[in-house]
Amino acid sequence: MRLALGPLLYYWPREETLAFYEAAADWPVDIVYLGETVCSRRHLLRLNDWLALADRLLAANKEVALSTLPLVESESDLKAMRRLIAHVAEHKEAQRGHLRVEANDWGAVRLAVKAGIPFVAGPTLNVYNPDTLGLLAELGAVRWVPPVEMSRDMLAAMPVPAGVETEVFAYGRLPLAYSARCFTARHYNLQKDDCQFRCLDHPDGLRLATREGEDFLTLNGIQTQSGRVHSLAHHLPELRGVQVLRLSPQHRHMQRVVTLFRALLDGTLPPAEAAAALQRWMPGQTCDGYWLGRAGHQLGMV
Amino acid sequence: MSLQLVCPAGSLPALKAAIDHDADAVYVGLKDNTNARNFAGLNFDDQTLAEGIRYAHARGRQVLMALNTYPQPGQVERWRAAVDRAAAAGVDAVILADAGLMAYAVERHPRLRLHLSVQGSATNYEAIEFYRERFGIRRAVLPRVLSLAQVEQVVKNTRVEIELFGFGGLCVMVEGRCLLSSYACGASPNTFGACSPAHAVRWQDTARGMETRLNGILIDRYAPQEKAGYPTLCKGRFTVAGETYYALEEPTSLNTLELLPQMLKMGIAAIKIEGRQRSPAYVAQVTRVWRQAIDAVVRDPDRFAVQAAWMAELDKLSEGRMHTLGAYYRPWK
Repeated sequence: MRLALGPLLYYWPREETLAFYEAAADWPVDIVYLGETVCSRRHLLRLNDWLALADRLLAANKEVALSTLPLVESESDLKAMRRLIAHVAEHKEAQRGHLRVEANDWGAVRLAVKAGIPFVAGPTLNVYNPDTLGLLAELGAVRWVPPVEMSRDMLAAMPVPAGVETEVFAYGRLPLAYSARCFTARHYNLQKDDCQFRCLDHPDGLRLATREGEDFLTLNGIQTQSGRVHSLAHHLPELRGVQVLRLSPQHRHMQRVVTLFRALLDGTLPPAEAAAALQRWMPGQTCDGYWLGRAGHQLGMV
Repeated sequence: MSLQLVCPAGSLPALKAAIDHDADAVYVGLKDNTNARNFAGLNFDDQTLAEGIRYAHARGRQVLMALNTYPQPGQVERWRAAVDRAAAAGVDAVILADAGLMAYAVERHPRLRLHLSVQGSATNYEAIEFYRERFGIRRAVLPRVLSLAQVEQVVKNTRVEIELFGFGGLCVMVEGRCLLSSYACGASPNTFGACSPAHAVRWQDTARGMETRLNGILIDRYAPQEKAGYPTLCKGRFTVAGETYYALEEPTSLNTLELLPQMLKMGIAAIKIEGRQRSPAYVAQVTRVWRQAIDAVVRDPDRFAVQAAWMAELDKLSEGRMHTLGAYYRPWK
């Protein structure tokens, strides 16, 4: 089983982002996802910066996937997606399978097919059944990420075509929804077109609580995330059919999270201990409800 | 130029109300989670479906069937059977979200007309063209996230007909890519066919006011003079950085009457009215107003003016008695 560092969902200052990936080059992860997957207004890293980071991480022997935007609205969004896919199609590491595209929209699937390159079917493609997964495999999917709400029972009932790996979202705040509206800008009474990039002030998102003070959701620009931190560390024995675990970046202590999962996979740390140790480095309470087929915010631990 | 009026029919009486008030088409669903309005007491069985289709076809109107949730492993047969039932009943099109189900529909029922549901989350023409090339879809319903200029860009770059939401409940998230409901209560539109479902809702009169909860999570609390609304979770009041407000969206409805001339001129094929969960009386009222408005705009788009009486009637029917242009109007974002 391999570890993947999922795409960075937050917006950090340029130097911090570059430093994060420079550090990640030495972390015990096998795959790194790069690229902007939330908001096309975020521009501190341009496509060329992401491509340079891809080369840096390839040189550090990481497999790299460039992720496309899940919510593609404008012609400039489409242009960015075409450039990204064209870049991968022409890259020599793509032939060796070390560089991939993660298609997070069916438009990206169309472009990858046209470019003749295999791809990772991202979690927002809504692959809920064998027919759709089979279709994607036929089109060139080499890995798929189930929707984050998919339970262990549903996943176990999915026949996965030969040659397709399964990657499960195993750690981090869950990306739950996308909107045309920016909720961070709304919080500051700003319009999205003049958001003043307030996401930069919230490197782990903006906490949304109920009126009785219970953590519920996290606002991250146009994306809404879970308030709690989804973690499957304690479910490792049930993840046998899964080839890749996705760990979603958080602002602090990510190296510790990665190291704990590595120890877990290496068998040097039992699941219960890893789960307990992780608690210290999480930016919120734990949940695992989706995996158990319950409400996502719940914690069952079963 | 023409613009089809597509109205919701959650029941046979609602279907007849829409047809009687001159909807060009109605859309319906079956009594289970194969569609995104899986509510108790709603929707059609084979008998009411047959009767509804007879009623509509006798008057030259269409019946579209929404099969727009995602089939799940072990249950795919039920979705396939639903496609078979729709085809056998003679619906004019099926509205699908899942690519795998489209592949089945094309193979088994090559002459069945396919529409891409809003739950398919296609917001750009590359995605729409994917479904056209693979499955020959004839129409796509766009999520309520694009500005009008972005909609126009889509229309210009595909020959698939484009259907837009004109009125009714407003999803503030991209349809098909919102899991807030399953995060809160375990049931999402994608798999269960409902958002913030009634079985998870509790209303509690407390000393602090009327509280609405979804699976125990406080969605809103109302002062004595406030009218309590249904706890759709994106329309509750929450606290962010010490401030309590409608952090995602107010309880408001979409109303795009004033955009009709632009929609017509850019070549939109159809306007969809949300609300299969609403009563036949509601469907009748909304259909009547929109029929008048569409007739007026098609007659003379340059001299079209929204009549105050239309807005007054629609506002009476709207959630929170408020309306918005939503994402079609850029500053909303």
